[in-house]
Parts: sequence; structure tokens; C-alpha cells
Amino acid sequence: MINNDRNPDFYPFEGEFMITLPFLILFPAVIAVLLLLVSADAWRRLVVKAGALIIGIASLYLLFITPGSGPEFFPVALDSISELMFLAEMVIAAFLVYLGIKYKKYLAIFLVLAQAALLVYYESLAAAGTHAVPRLFIDQFSLILALIIGIIGSLICVYALGYMATYQEHHPEVRDRRRTFFFLMFFFLSSMFGLVFSDYLPWVFFFWELTTLCSFLLIGYSGTGEAVNNAFLALNMNLLGGIAFVGALLYLAFVSPGGELLDISTLIHSGHMVALVPAVLIAFAGITKAALMPFSAWLVGAMVAPTPVSALLHSSTMVKAGVYIIVRFAPVLTGTMEGLIIGLIGGFTFLLASAIAISQSNAKKVLAYSTIANLGLIVACAGVGTYKLVWAAILLIIFHAIAKSLLFLCVGTVEHRIGSKDIEDMTGLIVRMPHVAVMMFIGIAGMFLAPFGMLISKWAAIEAFIEAQFGLIFVAILAFGGSITVFFWSKWMGKIISVCPVAAKVENRIPQEKWIALSLLTAMTVFVCLAFPLISSHLIEPFVLSVYGATTRLSQDNVTIMVMMLFLLMIMPFSLLWFRKEKNIVPPYMAGRPATPDLHFLGSMGVTRQVTLGNYYLEEVFGEKKLFMAGTALCFGLILLVGTLTAGVAL
Amino acid sequence: MILVEYAVIFIILAPFIGGLLAGIDRKLTARMQGRVGPPLLQPFYDVGKLFKKEQIVVTPSQHFYVLSYLVFIVASGALFFAGGDLLLVIFAFTLAHIFLVLGAYSSYSPYSFIGAERELIQIIAYEPMIILAAVGMYMVTKTFFVWEIMASSMPLILYLPGVFLGFLMVLTIKLRKSPFDLSTSHHAHQEIVKGVTTEFSGPMLARVEIAHWYENVFLLGFIYLFFAWNPLVGIIAIIIAYVLEILIDNTFSRATWKFTLKSAWIIAGMMGLVNLGVLYYLSGVVPV
Repeated sequence: MINNDRNPDFYPFEGEFMITLPFLILFPAVIAVLLLLVSADAWRRLVVKAGALIIGIASLYLLFITPGSGPEFFPVALDSISELMFLAEMVIAAFLVYLGIKYKKYLAIFLVLAQAALLVYYESLAAAGTHAVPRLFIDQFSLILALIIGIIGSLICVYALGYMATYQEHHPEVRDRRRTFFFLMFFFLSSMFGLVFSDYLPWVFFFWELTTLCSFLLIGYSGTGEAVNNAFLALNMNLLGGIAFVGALLYLAFVSPGGELLDISTLIHSGHMVALVPAVLIAFAGITKAALMPFSAWLVGAMVAPTPVSALLHSSTMVKAGVYIIVRFAPVLTGTMEGLIIGLIGGFTFLLASAIAISQSNAKKVLAYSTIANLGLIVACAGVGTYKLVWAAILLIIFHAIAKSLLFLCVGTVEHRIGSKDIEDMTGLIVRMPHVAVMMFIGIAGMFLAPFGMLISKWAAIEAFIEAQFGLIFVAILAFGGSITVFFWSKWMGKIISVCPVAAKVENRIPQEKWIALSLLTAMTVFVCLAFPLISSHLIEPFVLSVYGATTRLSQDNVTIMVMMLFLLMIMPFSLLWFRKEKNIVPPYMAGRPATPDLHFLGSMGVTRQVTLGNYYLEEVFGEKKLFMAGTALCFGLILLVGTLTAGVAL
Repeated sequence: MILVEYAVIFIILAPFIGGLLAGIDRKLTARMQGRVGPPLLQPFYDVGKLFKKEQIVVTPSQHFYVLSYLVFIVASGALFFAGGDLLLVIFAFTLAHIFLVLGAYSSYSPYSFIGAERELIQIIAYEPMIILAAVGMYMVTKTFFVWEIMASSMPLILYLPGVFLGFLMVLTIKLRKSPFDLSTSHHAHQEIVKGVTTEFSGPMLARVEIAHWYENVFLLGFIYLFFAWNPLVGIIAIIIAYVLEILIDNTFSRATWKFTLKSAWIIAGMMGLVNLGVLYYLSGVVPV
């Protein structure tokens, strides 16, 4: 049942909601401002931890009060809010123009001004029309996103406490602006909550722009030339998306001067005639935000930021906003040529970004490309948009958020102890940092191995694509792309579990905050796999059912077998207790050459060498430059195509 | 309907069939090379002897990976013969191989390290085709469950000839037959010693060998699915396919990784995808 009741007198008796939704939007902002004010490190720790705890609990609390099916609406009858938002958008535009002038980034200035001009035009149109009462809303999908933001996002903030302290020690050249940093982190959470709880599109847009702003400032945190350039790259691409978003608002203002189509919940049920054009424009905005090709460069560039920023941007917030909005509009896109092409952009991004990841040795870049790939897959599901695919897409969002944030935080921890982000330098991590290595191992397994989450989603996607129109293309993409993922994850796994005889243990001096975040995320990675039938039946299926009137799940037999596999996987490590007694430990085979225990051997010309082992990167086949060019050209062409088609519909 | 009794039968019988198969394989290979060859039961003697040897390891964690490899190979085969979901079987099968690769990585040995890398290349070479094979079976029978595919009495091979040829490529890689025995070989002329299995010895190597037997029986079961509508034809097809693999093994010299990857993907694309595309097109015209 869809609750389309527009009667402003109808206030359902969920007093908790009226408190909780605005609370979740405003509270992180309050914490953010507080963090801007306190400068003492001890106080900051206290505020961040307390804030994170409260946000986490509040988002968990939502789980218990969200209705079983369908959305729940909460009109916010305060006219001044929309005006304040408009004002804030203008201030932000002015601020960005100032920064643009300061750093001589004229393209950014142009884009900011273009967007601001469109926005002013939109406001003048909207002011003439009648006022719809803006609404907040919550349904299972918003709830899932809120849990991801509230739990994973705040864990990353806690982790950042430990990380940033070390970061400033290691980078004395970077000015200590930790107050601003934590302000931005929490402000980011606040805008994300706003984004997923807003039903009123102009509000969605407002929060959308806030995430763009926060990510821009966070990427440029270190203030080096590279960071500033990459920050502006991200800004430009996201502004391009923002302009498309305003375009959607303008289009809606033209077709329905009354403003009744400005609610997501109404718009997605109002038919292709009116909804398709704004859906495509917003999906374009989503593609820029989710960094699909041809806009993937900003996400890779964003890796210059401190690791918690990467974790926040690329697992639980920023990019998830992009896919969130596309999944929201999946019911409009499904069955259309435009939707199919958007799906193809996602599909090709998945394939090519996965292939590029093979050639990367920088752990953060591997994670970046794998993020881009997975976002591509989510968009492929949402673009084709049948109910089964939307089910798979939401599953992907959940599993990806957890496993990827865990991996980013592991890499950040390792980076600070061994001084490198390079996978080649992670040889023998299992000896050097056993706990972190096991966590990283679980995180990687979570990304591609049965019976962990991401694989379940890919599997569901294969099954769903077979039945979809033109689904065979996507099945092929998944078959090839999926096996490519196996390669780059496995060789990374292999690196960290190599028991290297020369390694010394360095797993000390890791701050407590990092341990908290890492252990909780590891536990969650395993937990969501065990609990996924429950997550599916209580959260994903009701949402899919309420939007499509039909839903899907894995068959009972398969769920049972998966759970059995997971248990088997969890008891296997106990065999080590038995095998640990092994006495006959010998050095590896060195072709009969005399070698020392630390693997030095007499090489040719009488030179003593030490064994070093390096992974394959297969540059010739999977080189970044070549594939990136191909992907950009291909996806850019597809975007032009969808643009032309949409223009045809609009005119 | 998952049939546990078939899974139990597989777990008990497969090593015997697999070992016997290895014996026949060696005998036939020897005959092709003009040798007499070892007795038929030689593989069993070999494994029996391995179990009697003293265990040496490079690192104790090797045990964990090898045991997991064996357990998950058995599990995926058992799931297949019990009639489970084909895609899940394939994923469990991949998981098992990842354990073998990790076992090779764990020893930090030059030879097994290169073997591990090559084994991964082999995995990505065959995996798309094996998934496309499952998808093809789904397109014909509308199910991924092996027991339903078995019960459908459709002559799958007539719908999926290209997929079948593609699957033979998978079989060549999986049976570790030349030209695709990059990561480890049955023959003693490997430039990377024994590749993946270099650092496994004694009882541990015996487990790897037994896992390989299980794996081979599972793969032949997969071949049988294409001919399941007629058991006799099915068994003949398995025999022909296997003899063909032995012939290929003795005819070609080892390929490079690049050739392996490219040819596997081209065949998956040309044979598998084109076959599925035709099927997809026809399903719109004539109901399958």
C-alpha cells in the first residue's frame, strides 16, 4: 500500500518520528558546530565519541519504529525553511566563487554561476506557484541508508580521531585544521540524513549540494597543489550533476506549476510522460556523484584526501547519495530506452573499472576502482530497474558500504604503521600486523567470495538480468567483470597472507579509536552475511513490494546452504589449532641453491640477493590509460545518446 | 529438492572414480607416447604413499588452506550432485580454488608464488565461460537447480552446442591439461617446478591430489548435464570428451598466460555468448 495521502491535517501518531527525523538531520550539524568551537584534543575526542554514539543509537532506534511497509510522511509546515535553504545555497555559491577566484579555477566559477542563475530562475517560478507543504519521509530504503550513514559514517568519524592525530604527526607541512575537518565530517552526515529523509525534491537538491560542498572541502584538506586540483575536479563534475538536477526542478516547475510533482513519492508514480525527463536528469546527477565513467576521475583523484575521508566519501556517504537517487527513480527508468542506456553506462563502468583495478598496486586506488565498479553495477541494476534488480541493487549498497569502509580503514591503519599504501609493501602483513591483516582479509573476502555479501548480490543480479529485456548483455558483463574482480582481490589477499620470514611485528601503537571502528566493522561484515535473510525480509522486500507490488528473495534451500557454508568457513580456521603443533618447518624450495633462512641466495656473478616476490599487474592487457580512455569515450557516447533521447521526449 | 543421498554417494564414490580416471589417463597418455605406462591403480598407490610420508611444511598455515580447498571442493561437488543451484555450485567451486591459491601464496616461495599468480589467471580465464554455461542451461530449462535441469529431459546439447565447445576449453584448463597447464602440471617438465603445489608435500599433497579427483568427477558431471536426457549418450559423451582432452594434452605444447587468457575469453565470447544470443533471439520467435 502506498500512502499517497496529501491531506495536511493527517498527522499519523508517530510522535517519535517527528522528533527522530529532524533530530538525525540537525544533531550531527550541532555536533559539527561544537567541534568547530572546541580546540582541545581531549574535548574533541569526547564530543566525537559521544556524538557518534548518539547518532548510531538514534539510527538504530529508527529500525524499531519504522512501519512495516510503505513510506511514512511528515509535513513540515515551516515556510521559512525553504527560504533559508535558498539563502544558504546562494551563500555557498558566493563562497565557491571566492575560492574559484582565489585558486584561479575559472571553469568552477562558471559552473557555480550557471547553477546559481538556474536556481534563481527556478525560485522565481516557484514563488509564483502555489506552495506544496514540503515533507520528510521514511521508508525501508531510507531507513537502510540512514543505518549505513548513522552507524558506518559515525564509526568512520571515531576512527578519524586516531587517524588524524597520527596524520598531523606524519605530515607536519599540512596545517592542523582538525576543527574544520571534524566539522565537515559531521556536517556531511547531517546532509546525508537530510538527503535520504527528504521527499521534497528542492530539499533533496539542497542537501545534494551540501554533500558536494563538504566533499570538495574535505578532498582539498591538505592544501597541496594536487589536493586542490583534485578537489576542484570533484567540484566541477558534481556541479555538472547539480546543474542537471536544477534542470529537473525547472522542468517540473514548468509541467506542474502547482508543485505537486516535486515530491519523489508522487513523481515516481506519475507515469513516463512527465517523470521520465526529470528522472533522467536526476540520474545524470547521480552518475556524476557516483563517479561512473566518464566522471570516474574525481573519485580516483579524491584519494589524495586523508583515508577516513576516502572511507566516508566512497563507502557510506557521497557516492551512496548518487546511487540512492537512481534506485529511487528506478521505477520510472525501468522498461525505457533511457533506463537501459543508463544501465549500460553502469555495466561498462563495472567491467572497465574492475579491469583497471588489476593494474593498480596502490591499495587506495584499487579500492577506488573497485568502488567505481560496484557503483556501476548498482546503477546497472537500477537503470534496468526490474523489481528483482532493485532488490539486488539495495543488497549491493548495504554489503558494499560495510566491506568497503572496513577495507579503507584497514589500509589507513596499515599505511600509518608501515608507511606505505602500496600492496607490494604489504607482503607478510599476517606476520607483521596479524589482527589488522585478518580484518583486511575478511573485508576482501566480503567483497568477492561466496558466501559473503557482495557475491550474493552479484548472483542475484545475474539471475535477475537473465529475465530482463536485453539482459544478456549485462549477464555477459557480470560473468567477465565478476571473474576479473576475483583476480585483483585474490592477489591482494595472497600478498597479505604470505608468511614472509623476514618480517617483524609492528602492530603496536594503534590508537584505541581505530581498533573500535575496525573490530565493529569486521563483526558487521560477517554479521550481515548471517543476518541477510532477515535484512532482506524485513527491510528490502517490503520496500520493493511497496514500490513494485512484487518482490523477490533467494530460495530457502540456497539460504540454508549459504549459511552452512558460512559456518563451515568460520570453523575452518580452528583447524590451525591442530596444525599449529607442526614441527618440521623447512624453508621454501629454492631450486637447490644454498639459501639463508631470510632467503638470501648467491645469484649470478657472485652477487648475494634476497628473494622478493611481486604480483602480476598485467599492464599490457589491463593498463589504466588505455581502458580509462575506452571507458570514458564509450560512456560519454552513451550519455550523449541518452541526452538526445531525453531532449526528444522533453521537446 | 536437494537430494542428500546423492551428495553422500558422491562424497564416498568420487575419489575412487577420480583415482581410477587418473589411472586410465596415465595409461592412455603412456600408450599415446609409445610407453607401457604405470598400472591402472598407480594413482592410489601414489596417494597412499604420500600419506605415509613425514609431513614437512614451510608454514603451518598451509594446512589450513589446503584442508579448506579439499573441504570446499567436496562441498561444491556434493551440492552439484545433490541437485543444488548451479550458480552457487560454481561460486563454491571458485572459493575452493581461491583457497588453493592462498595456500600457495602463504609459503612465500618463488615457485609456488608464480604458480599462484598463474592459477589466478587460469581462474579468470575459465570462470566467465562456466557462468555462461550455467546461464545457457537456465535459458533452456528456466531453472538453475541441477535436479530440475536433470529432470527437464531437454536435449541441452542441441540448444547449447557453442556453450558445450566453450565448456571443453574450461575442461582443458581445469583438468590441468597442456596447453593450459600453466600453474602446475601432471608432467615433470614444468619450468616453475610444480607451480602451485611446489610447497605441498606428504599428506598435504595427498589432500590436494584427492581434491583434484573430486574436482574431475564434478566436471564430468557438468558435461553429463548437457546430455542428461539420455544417460547412454551422456556416458559416451563423457568418455569422448575425456579422451579428447588426453589427446589435446599430448598434442600441444604449453601456451603463455596471455594466449590462454585471450583464447579462453575469445572462445567464451564467440562460442558461449553467440550461442546464448541466438538462443535469446530465438526464444522471442519460437518458445523453447
